Amino acid sequence: MGKIFFYAALALVVVSGLIFAPAEAKLAIHPMDQFQVSALFGDHISWYTPTNVTLWMALAVAAVFALLVLGSSRRAIVPGRAQSVAELAYGFIYKMVEDVAGKDGVKFFPYIMTLFMFIVMANFLGLIPGSFTTTSHIAVTAVLAALVFFTVTIVGFVKNGVGFLGLFWVSSAPLALRPILAIIELISYFVRPVSHSIRLAGNVMAGHAVLKVFAGFAAALGMFSFLPIFAITAVYALEVLVAFIQAYVFTILTCVYLKDALHPSH
Amino acid sequence: MEGDIAQLGQFVGAGLAAIGSGAAAIGVGHVAGNFLAGALRNPSAAAGQTATLFIGIAFAEALGIFSFLVALLLMFAV
Repeated sequence: MGKIFFYAALALVVVSGLIFAPAEAKLAIHPMDQFQVSALFGDHISWYTPTNVTLWMALAVAAVFALLVLGSSRRAIVPGRAQSVAELAYGFIYKMVEDVAGKDGVKFFPYIMTLFMFIVMANFLGLIPGSFTTTSHIAVTAVLAALVFFTVTIVGFVKNGVGFLGLFWVSSAPLALRPILAIIELISYFVRPVSHSIRLAGNVMAGHAVLKVFAGFAAALGMFSFLPIFAITAVYALEVLVAFIQAYVFTILTCVYLKDALHPSH
Repeated sequence: MEGDIAQLGQFVGAGLAAIGSGAAAIGVGHVAGNFLAGALRNPSAAAGQTATLFIGIAFAEALGIFSFLVALLLMFAV
């Protein structure tokens, strides 16, 4: 049955490629146009204007609300589909926080759960064709990463006082090496929010740009356009995986940074 | 910067920056391959180390993303 379906889909793609082949094939690829920020009403953009970025961020929050609050509101003993997913996500993140940040990191579980659900929903909503991917903008991810950075730094100083600086003073190294290592540790500490934000935005942006580039190939190849369409299908499947893994990586690195703040000794 | 030579430099630079993606691929493959080698020797300890695996992959991959970013900046922002 599955095989018949597969061959039918294959034939459909090939035939449609033959029928709808553009008369004059032209290679026109604009992979970056999809990341254009535009106002929903009118042309003027200032800090309070509703744009497509704010719209899709609001939709991501609404999706998280629908899944976690509405999905689990019935509190069924035998959970339905939405409730199962909500419980699975909760248990997954709770275990991650407990394992990586330790028992006293569980206090920060609501924050990390919020981060994870927002990023994963923004990534998944961005994969809907024609939608806008908010996490592809470094402006969005930089704010998330800066929040994590300031939270972690403040928590570290509040919990340990000056002892938090022990994070940069590697007491297991020879004494002569310690000042040099301290400088390296300091630099790596301040590069954290940079790599933290660019990793997420870069991955998501790269994936979407690749999809657009293959779409451009499909438009240019005429009757052979089914070849790039297969590639797009494969890349899209990879992107679904990447959307989840990058949200996971973002949150797990938050947990790692949190562990450093709670237990700064080397 | 305008002119053909500047544009040539942009394109060549972007292509050179793309080498970084391949280097990151080597790094990620190294992490995942070594994890698998260790996991097959001691499968019972593997489940507890998947978080470490993803952290390692993330660090290796971040540098490849940086090179991709350099290529993008050269192509569209310079």
